[in-house]
Amino acid sequence: MSALLSVSDAHVSYGKVEAVRSVSLEVADDEIVTIIGANGAGKTTLLNAIMGVLPLKGATAFAGADMTPLDIEDRVAAGLSLVPEHRELFGTMNVEDNLQLGAFRIPKATAAKSFERVYALFPRLKERRKQLAGTLSGGEQQMLAMGRALMGTPKLLMLDEPSLGLAPIIVADIFRTIGELRAAGVSVLLVEQNAQAALQIADRAYVMELGEFILSGSAKDIAANQRVAASYLGFQHEGASGI
Amino acid sequence: MNTTIMLFLLQDGITNGAIYALLGLALVLVFAVTRVILIPQGEFVTFGALSYAMLATGQVPGTAKLAVAMGVVAFGLDLFDARRSLRLKGILRAVAVNIILPVAILALTYGLAGPTTSVAVNIVLSLLIVAAIGLFLYRIAFQPLAHTSVLVLLIASVGCHLALQGLGLVFFGAEGLRGPALSNTALTIGPLRFTGQSLAVYGLTIAFIVALWLFFGFTLTGKALRATAVNRLGARLVGIRTTLSGQIAFLLASLIGAISGILIVPITTLYYDTGFLIGLKGFIAAIIGGLVSYPLTAVAALLVGSVEAFSSFYASNFKEVIVFTLILPVLVLRSLAAPEVEEEKD
Repeated sequence: MSALLSVSDAHVSYGKVEAVRSVSLEVADDEIVTIIGANGAGKTTLLNAIMGVLPLKGATAFAGADMTPLDIEDRVAAGLSLVPEHRELFGTMNVEDNLQLGAFRIPKATAAKSFERVYALFPRLKERRKQLAGTLSGGEQQMLAMGRALMGTPKLLMLDEPSLGLAPIIVADIFRTIGELRAAGVSVLLVEQNAQAALQIADRAYVMELGEFILSGSAKDIAANQRVAASYLGFQHEGASGI
Repeated sequence: MNTTIMLFLLQDGITNGAIYALLGLALVLVFAVTRVILIPQGEFVTFGALSYAMLATGQVPGTAKLAVAMGVVAFGLDLFDARRSLRLKGILRAVAVNIILPVAILALTYGLAGPTTSVAVNIVLSLLIVAAIGLFLYRIAFQPLAHTSVLVLLIASVGCHLALQGLGLVFFGAEGLRGPALSNTALTIGPLRFTGQSLAVYGLTIAFIVALWLFFGFTLTGKALRATAVNRLGARLVGIRTTLSGQIAFLLASLIGAISGILIVPITTLYYDTGFLIGLKGFIAAIIGGLVSYPLTAVAALLVGSVEAFSSFYASNFKEVIVFTLILPVLVLRSLAAPEVEEEKD
């Protein structure tokens, strides 16, 4: 199992405040990995730093190559893609244009296939292809943000809180789609507050607290962990008094 | 007032307005993509016009050498930025864009310039020179500041304007120049006489508006530029280089400025500092368009041109005062009508 993404001893700071401390993680090919943790644990900061939006101190390698000298655009071209928390769509442009721009770094011929693939994953986007992105519902915007990222045929898709602010039925839809990505050969690094949903589809999980990873392991083990269950899954096991 | 005079004034106003429209569109374009309020737009006008006028007399304008000098500085900056990851491909690209391109333009200018050079060649040479200056201006002055606030960019913009205006005085002298007309044909409809020059103004303005519309609406590069304007981070996340978008925006703006200059210089004598005032009128049109709307800017530019024509007839001393006063009610109305605009955070 070769690591597609490996981050070791990463630190991210805002000025003097260190938001991420000495974090190491790996994502392998065709793997779904999730980082769960409470609000403010540093999950979003970590994803942004891996993407190159924020400066990261430490070593990062992607597909075997050192990522340190690469800026965001080069990382996109290398096959890394981030669906950010605020989605960052092109609101005054229509769905089709948003998707087309997602394929900005790949050849035109491949882009046509990407369109088919994304429309197959999200048929709703095909219905709305002439609608402006800013007028879509929250769930559709999330689908568009994921679709736009997938247009560039990334090897690793990083998703930041895809369930944020969405109705449960749409969340289920989106998580099902994330599960389908593995079959399409896309690895996923998923940051979620909705730990229950995330642990169901993930292979492995990291638990983040106050800028550090406090636990890691297979998603099953993490889900069974009593402390995680108490803190993040919202129920107590019998006799869960300590760790 | 009789109808004939009114028609004359209107014709004059629309001709000037068309020029302001071109400049206003360029300002909106640059602001949308880079958040720079392009004060040196006027210098692109002057440089284009006076380079053309000098080439028409057979001389090589100093702007061609300026382009080479700016290219060398830009090359230095490119190397410095890439110092941690120098790759041969990147260096070759930097050499081609920053060194070979302006040197080739300079060589071409020396090779072709002469008293008998045709108008078309002179136009192309002037456009090439000013386009190169526009490209390097972005690289040198604005690309390193791309992440800063609108205010910082505005101050840099004023600085560029002052520097380029000073260079204009060095290159072209304090005396004004006039260039040869693009065409000597004329067309008479009723009491109005349309010179070939003013027809060229209308034609090129319309052609540019249509071309910009096609470019932004239907090409991937145009859409990428729009995307950069709508959401910088979003654009970067799909792999669009915002620096490249900025360079394209400046390239287009300098081309549009130079074309405007070449269109005006056969009609009026231009001095090294005339461009500023012309650019400022395009700026008023852009402000009326809220620095975002292309169609509103174009209409506002025609209004500015017409107001200028009528006020120069009735109160020529107050011509500029009246034109610039237009901006006050617009700003008041906009500030009352528009919700508070928050300064973009980066």
